[in-house]
Amino acid sequence: MKLRSLAAAFAATALVPMSAQAVDLEVTHWWTSGGEAAAVSEFAKAFDATEHNWVDGAIAGSGGTARPIIISRILGGDPMGATQLNHGRQAEELIEAGLLLDLTDVAEAEGWKDIVNPSSLLDACTLDGRIYCAPVNIHSWQWIWLSHKAFADAGVDVPSNWDEFVAAAPALEEAGKIPLAMGQQPWQSSGAFGVLSIAIAGVDAWKSVNIDKDAEVAGGPVYAKVFEAAAKAREFAANSNVQDWNQATNLVITGQAGAQIMGDWAQGEFQVAEQVAGEDYTCLPGLGVNEILDTAGDAFYFPKIDDPEVEAAQKELAALLLSPEVQVNFNLKKGSLPIRGDIDLSAANDCMKKGLEILASGNIMPSGDMALTPDTQGQIEDLMVEFWNDPSYSAEDAQARYAEIIGDAD
Amino acid sequence: MAVAESTEAEAQTERAPAKRPNRLFRNLNAKIASIPMVATALLIFVGCTAWTIYHSFTKSRLLPAPDKWVGLDQYERLWNTRRWLVSIENLAIYGICSLILSLVIGFTLAALLDRKIRGEAVFRTIFLYPFALSFIVTGLVWQWILNPQFGIQGVVQRWGWESFTFDPLNNADIVIYGILIAGIWQGSGFIMIIMLAGLRGIDEDIWKATRVEGIPAWKTYILVIIPMMRPIFVTALVLIASGIIKVYDLVVAQTSGGPGIASEVPAKYVIEKMFQAQNLGQGFAASTMMLLSVLIVLIPWAYLEFGGKRRD
Amino acid sequence: MTDATATYTGPHGPKPKRRLSPTNIMLYGTLFVVAVYYLLPLYVMIVTSLKGMPEIRLGNVFAPPVEVTFEPWVKAWAEACTGINCDGLSRGFWNSVQILVPSVILSIAVASVNGYALANWKFKGSEVFFTILIFGAFIPYQVMIYPIVILLREAGEGISAVTGTNFRLMGSIWGLVIVHTIFGMPILTLLFRNYFTSVPEELFKAARVDGAGFWGIYFRIMLPMSLPIFVVAIILQVTGIWNDFLFGVIYTKPDTYPMTVQLNNIVNSVQGVKEYNVNMAATLLTGLVPLVIYFVSGKLFVRGIAAGAVKG
Repeated sequence: MKLRSLAAAFAATALVPMSAQAVDLEVTHWWTSGGEAAAVSEFAKAFDATEHNWVDGAIAGSGGTARPIIISRILGGDPMGATQLNHGRQAEELIEAGLLLDLTDVAEAEGWKDIVNPSSLLDACTLDGRIYCAPVNIHSWQWIWLSHKAFADAGVDVPSNWDEFVAAAPALEEAGKIPLAMGQQPWQSSGAFGVLSIAIAGVDAWKSVNIDKDAEVAGGPVYAKVFEAAAKAREFAANSNVQDWNQATNLVITGQAGAQIMGDWAQGEFQVAEQVAGEDYTCLPGLGVNEILDTAGDAFYFPKIDDPEVEAAQKELAALLLSPEVQVNFNLKKGSLPIRGDIDLSAANDCMKKGLEILASGNIMPSGDMALTPDTQGQIEDLMVEFWNDPSYSAEDAQARYAEIIGDAD
Repeated sequence: MAVAESTEAEAQTERAPAKRPNRLFRNLNAKIASIPMVATALLIFVGCTAWTIYHSFTKSRLLPAPDKWVGLDQYERLWNTRRWLVSIENLAIYGICSLILSLVIGFTLAALLDRKIRGEAVFRTIFLYPFALSFIVTGLVWQWILNPQFGIQGVVQRWGWESFTFDPLNNADIVIYGILIAGIWQGSGFIMIIMLAGLRGIDEDIWKATRVEGIPAWKTYILVIIPMMRPIFVTALVLIASGIIKVYDLVVAQTSGGPGIASEVPAKYVIEKMFQAQNLGQGFAASTMMLLSVLIVLIPWAYLEFGGKRRD
Repeated sequence: MTDATATYTGPHGPKPKRRLSPTNIMLYGTLFVVAVYYLLPLYVMIVTSLKGMPEIRLGNVFAPPVEVTFEPWVKAWAEACTGINCDGLSRGFWNSVQILVPSVILSIAVASVNGYALANWKFKGSEVFFTILIFGAFIPYQVMIYPIVILLREAGEGISAVTGTNFRLMGSIWGLVIVHTIFGMPILTLLFRNYFTSVPEELFKAARVDGAGFWGIYFRIMLPMSLPIFVVAIILQVTGIWNDFLFGVIYTKPDTYPMTVQLNNIVNSVQGVKEYNVNMAATLLTGLVPLVIYFVSGKLFVRGIAAGAVKG
């Protein structure tokens, strides 16, 4: 393994000769929660171990706050050395405008085509056959996290799927618990809706809405069930007055709330709180209904900087991010899945193993990030955050609006 | 206005020193020194505004796309967006309430302070200090005070009044009033200072006269003083109004627009569409609407202020 | 209103007759209650920042701290984290200072020269630019934000090309300095113009006869006699720029974030549970500079904002 990463470093340095100069590379990202910060410092450590320096440019809030800052800096002619972005359609126009570094040579030297699994991750980085980003992890939204303590306090068994959870919710409420913890940021509302729609409407319906932009399906009876379920979930989350996702996770960790629908990054928070999967908390992929994972993820993009030394350092970092050792260390802390199937994750806990199994079985699907433009996503987020927070907003009205947005999407 | 301007220009030529033959080079230093002002006026205030208005008719996404003309599409979508409508409604509620409250509180406090009270300086200091603080600070403090668990609600409940609820920041129906409380706290002292300056400018003889006539104080205020202070009120009104449309930081810090979209404001919509949703055209359209609403307030004022008399 | 505060000679209101009349009780009672509302947030900030987290969880925001701790202050200043940068607000503080000093100097220098040119050296069209400038003060910033991003980028690249360096305006402190100079210009120019207009004309004429030019008169006559207005302008700019959030968040990057932006980040990047005491200490630290200016400069501050406002 050491040998490989050494080779990787060599390959990267060989690309541009004369790259002995130490470069300070500013890296922006929005990983600021406890687990996330621990994970990103693995990157920083690895990069600092080369002759270069990782200059951390964390931007607090969420992707919603950070993305504009990142993009306006790239557009404003003051790009950072590297930046996190969800891959997908967000970067399309930046690539078209020639603002991002072409990583194809690194990818070829490193054999990314062979090691990145699922290959859709690399496809999302590719535009016209050239590769523009380095995927670093797989994140899947399709999880629900259940607090053993909360269910024990309420005197009911820990549910094994969404329907059981719905049945157990009244007992939780009686015991003074919040059945479902929800943060109030828009992306959380729309993410939870996405999870419900895949679990309840199924993958085919999901695909025709998100990929084919079929407004009829979005407004049809299959999706009506999703909206009903979401309306129910809204009732369960009525007393959850927190903002950030990790505060909501914290409610589950402390047993004040029964469950939270949240992506696998929530794992990192359980880990920081020293909780054990299977003992203190349970995770159910696909809400226990439909075991499937979407393969969104984080990727790093490297804005074009007119300086061969910086470019060499950027490429070195790109190679490093995908190297086996860094992948293991990073993903264990982050709670996400590694993007390469050829590494040993025996240190992974129960939940991650579940995820790895599903990944290996190929029961995966692309993520909404890759299918919808940020503008459409923004509209859906606006709709969902309003729907989740306004009990008088009926499921029918919300569905009608949803179908309208999908109909207008491009 | 044109007439007034030309008379002023004449007055100026009279005053302008030594006349030199070449018009362009006359006052050359003054012209050079005014370059920043001219550049700001033309390039920023006129140029950028025109640029934005033009691009609001295009389908600009992440990058400005001057050639993708779509006419009024962005505006149509804007006015069909719930979030924008909620933002406008919030701005209207916030605007009207803060206008009235600021004027009433500002004037009342100024009138109270003007009554030869002891410790006037102390009270004035207390009422004005929030104005020195930023909206971010204001928003965060009031977020903390209105926190349902630890703040006012929690304290009153612990005093024994268990059914007491006062949780504006988590109640979509009244969240905008939660922001209003903070906004008034921050800005009303400033209006008070303006009002106080106005009251101090009123001739002592007027008070003497009304006292001789035996008119009660409150009646004097309403019938005599306030009408006399019309210019001050207009100024205060314009200041408050132009501040209202800019409300952004306060909401960001206090509620982030939540719960749901219940406390969204137009300025926030613009920034988010431009920089987050990567839909510049939509952001430009929304900001153009903001400009339009400012003009609606501004033009009548400018007419009143500069239309009649030009000198100040 | 040539000088709003020059008339602060004393209260003019009707004089209350007896010390303990019902009117007086009402008067002081009202003032007292209102004062509590204004002081409450400051009090809550201070006591919360001095408590430990366990004490806060017990839940009375108004109770004074049982055990005073300065831990939150230390943490807010030097340890609070955004991501893996755990150097607290101190970085933002120094950034704000670095932004503040050149912004205040540049904006006042430019505006005072503008005001001087407008008052004493009018040229054809100068009033037109001035009117545009004043109207510009009311245009919502959102309308101009994006084009300015482009202008800063282009200007930065232009400078880089000419000087052969890697100079950037967008995202650097200098870009923000320019933005503050631009948006401070309307009010400041107005302020200086009105002040310089009130300077006796004889003085100006005498200097002209002595052969002094544009800059000679500015430096030798105008500057020395306009100290008060400079103080007012400084106060206006220092508090305004220090409290800015919108421009800071758009035109700088995390490295150069001013304190307000960093405050919002620290408060909103929660690791585990919200540490309200640290948040409040951070909030107080951010508000400290304008508060100190406010309390130290006292009447001058009032004069500053009144001058900036009443004439605006």
